[in-house]
Amino acid sequence: MTTVEEQLLPSAEPVCLIDQNGVPHDHPSYRLPTKEALLDGYTQLIRGRRFNDQASALVRQGRLAVYPSSFGQEACQLAATMVLRDGDWLFPTYRDSVSIMSRGVDPIETLTLLRGDWHSGYDPYEHKVAPQATPLATQLPHAVGVAHAARLKGEDTVVMALVGDGGTSEGDFHEALNFAAVFQAPVVFFIQNNEYAISVPLSRQSAAPSLAHKGIGYGVPGERADGNDLAGLLAVLGQAVDKARAGEGPQLIEAHTYRVQAHTNADDASRYRQDDEVAPWLDRDPIERLTTYLEQQGWLDDDVRVTAEAGAVEVAAQLRDGLMPEPEVDPADLFAHLYAAETQQLQQQAAFLRDELAREEA
Amino acid sequence: MTHTKISMAQALNQALRDAMTADESVVMFGEDVGALGGVFRITDGLTAEFGDKRCFDTPLAEAGIVGMAVGMAMNGMRPVVEMQFDAFGYPAFEQVVSHVAKMRNRTRGRVQLPMVIRIPYGGGIGGVEHHSDSSESYFAHTPGLTVVTPATVADAYGLLRRAIEFPDPVVFMEPKKLYWAKEEVDLTESQPGIGTAVVRRDGADATLIAYGPAVPVALEAAEVAAAEGRQLTVVDLRSVVPFDDETVCAAVRRTGRAVVVAEASGFASVSSEIVARVTEKCFHSLAAPVRRVTAFDIPFPPPKLEKYQLPSVDRILDAVDDLQWEDS
Ligand SMILES: Cc1ncc(C[n+]2csc(CCOP(=O)(O)OP(=O)(O)O)c2C)c(N)n1
Ligand SMILES: [Mg+2]
Repeated sequence: MTTVEEQLLPSAEPVCLIDQNGVPHDHPSYRLPTKEALLDGYTQLIRGRRFNDQASALVRQGRLAVYPSSFGQEACQLAATMVLRDGDWLFPTYRDSVSIMSRGVDPIETLTLLRGDWHSGYDPYEHKVAPQATPLATQLPHAVGVAHAARLKGEDTVVMALVGDGGTSEGDFHEALNFAAVFQAPVVFFIQNNEYAISVPLSRQSAAPSLAHKGIGYGVPGERADGNDLAGLLAVLGQAVDKARAGEGPQLIEAHTYRVQAHTNADDASRYRQDDEVAPWLDRDPIERLTTYLEQQGWLDDDVRVTAEAGAVEVAAQLRDGLMPEPEVDPADLFAHLYAAETQQLQQQAAFLRDELAREEA
Repeated sequence: MTHTKISMAQALNQALRDAMTADESVVMFGEDVGALGGVFRITDGLTAEFGDKRCFDTPLAEAGIVGMAVGMAMNGMRPVVEMQFDAFGYPAFEQVVSHVAKMRNRTRGRVQLPMVIRIPYGGGIGGVEHHSDSSESYFAHTPGLTVVTPATVADAYGLLRRAIEFPDPVVFMEPKKLYWAKEEVDLTESQPGIGTAVVRRDGADATLIAYGPAVPVALEAAEVAAAEGRQLTVVDLRSVVPFDDETVCAAVRRTGRAVVVAEASGFASVSSEIVARVTEKCFHSLAAPVRRVTAFDIPFPPPKLEKYQLPSVDRILDAVDDLQWEDS
C-alpha cells in the first residue's frame, strides 16, 4: 500500500530522462518516449527556437509592441501541447506563444496581442486555446471550469493550464488547485519554473521544498521534471494527462527551467542577476542535449535535419512577412463585440468617432 | 535649494527617499521594487540605500501585499506599497474596499491605517491589454479612501510626501505617461496639501477641470484656445477625494462655462461626479451645460488604437466650442 506522501509528493529529484550531455537515464516510473516522438519533438524545438529568435528580432525593429520570449523554455512549451489530443484545451500565458503556435494557431494570429493590434488574435474554439492571460494565474480557475464542464457533459477532455513560478503566489492558483481537486476536474497544472518573476527570484516567491510540493495540501499529486529535457517532460506530462483523462483528477507538474533572456525586451536583467548565473543554463539547452542524443542513436539523418530546418525557415518567413506591413486597424472595431447587442451609448460614441474622423479627412 | 530639472519618476523616487529618511516607520514593498527598482524605476536605489528591511520585494500577490500593509499599519508602521500596473491591482480590490477603506470606521477611530497604495495608471504608453486602465473611479467611489493624483513633477514629490504623512490610507495614482516628463522644480518649495485643487492657468471664458494625465492635455488645449482668442482657466484637481468643491466652483462661477477632461471612461466615473457637483452648485452661473471629454465606454484598446481613446486637444476645443457661445 502506498502512503499519502508517496501518492502526492513529487520525486526527490526532477525527472530527467536525457541529461544535459545527451546521456539517457532509466527511471523507475517513466519511460523514454518513442523515436518518432523525439524526432517530432526535435523538429518542433528547432521551429520553436526560430520563432523566439525571429520574434525578438522583430520587436527590436518595432514590429511587435513587446515580446516575452520563451528562449530556453521551448521544451516546456512544446511538451505541453505534444501530449494533448485535438479535443483537449490549452490555457496559456503571455509567455507561451510557442505553445500556442504548436497547437496549430497561425503564428501571426498568435502574436496579435503582442503586436498591439488587438487583445487576442485567434478564435479560442478553433484549436481549443484560451486567450493568452496576462493577469497572473487568473486563467487557472477558468481552466478548471472548462474541465469540469467537460466532465458534466461526459467528454474525456483534458485541460493543460500553464502558469509561471511567480503566478503560483497568486490566490487564484491556490483556489484553482483546490476547486480542481474537490471536483476531480481533469486539469494538468503545468508550472514553468524559470527561476524568475521579472526580477524576483524563486527564493522570494516560495519557501516550499519545490513548487510541485504545493499539490499535497490540496490533495493534488505533484511531480517535477527537468524543464530542459523534452524526453522527461513528454513522459511526465503524458502520464499526467493520461491520469487526468482516466478520472484520477487534477495533476500538478513543475518543470525546472530558466529564463535565459530578460523578462521581455523592455526589461534589463543586468539590474538583478549576474551573467555567470546564466552561463550554466546555456549548457543545459533543451535543443543541444536532444540533438546529441539523437545523433548518438544515429537517428538524426539528413531528412530530419532538412525537414526541421525547413520548418524553422518557414515560420521565420511567416513572421517577417506577416508582421512587416502596417496592419489595417479599423477604429470602428473599438465598439464592436463589447456586448451582444450594442448599447445606445456605444452607438452614439461610435457615431461621434466616425464624425470626428470624417472631419479630419475633409 | 536651487531649481533642478527632474522627471516625475525621479521626483517620486526622491519623495520616497526623503520620507524613509525622515521616518523610520516608512517601509516600501511590492513586486520588483527591490533590486530592479520597480518596472518604472520609482523605487530605484532604495533597497541599496535603506536595506532590504525598508524596501523589499514580496511574493507575487497583490491581495497579500495590501493585506500585509494593513497589518503593518495596524502595528505602527507606515507602509507604502506598489501595484505594478493599474489592472494588476485588482486582486487586491477586496482588501482595499473591505478593509483599507473601512478600518477606521469599523473600529470607531481606534485603528488608523496610515498607508499608501501607489498605482501607476492610465494609457498613452502603448501598453498591451491590462497595462493602461484608469481605475480611479473604483477607489473614488469607495467611502473611506483618499485618492490623489499628481500632474506635475512638483506635485509628484509634494503629494507623495503628504500622502505618506497622512493619517488615513491614500490611493496614490501615478499617471504613467507623465513619468518621464521633466520640469525645473525646487522640491523644498511647499505645495498645497491633499484636498486642494489648483488653478494652473487663468482665463475668463471657460474652465477646463482635469486631473492626472489629462492636465497637460487641458493646458495644451488652453494654449491653443488662447491663440484663437478664447481664454480658458485650467483647474488641476490633484486630489479626487477629498474633492475641492470650493476651488472648482469658484472657477466655474467666474467663467460660467466648463468642460471636464478625464482619461477614464465617462460612464459612472469621477468625471460624471464632477459634472453633477458643478451643476448642482453652480447652476445659476452656468451659461451652458457642463461638457465632458472622456474616454469611450470601452475596455482600454490595444496600442494601435489607443490614440482614439485618449482625450485630445481637438476634442477639448470642440467641446469648448459647443458651450453655447451664441443662441442658435
Ligand atoms: C496579477 C498580476 N500582477 C502583476 C503582473 C505583472 N507581471 C507580469 S509578468 C510578471 C512576472 C511573472 O512571473 P512568472 O509567473 O514566474 O512568469 P514568467 O514571466 O517568468 O514566465 C509580473 C509581476 C501581472 N501580469 N499580473
Ligand atoms: Mg517565472
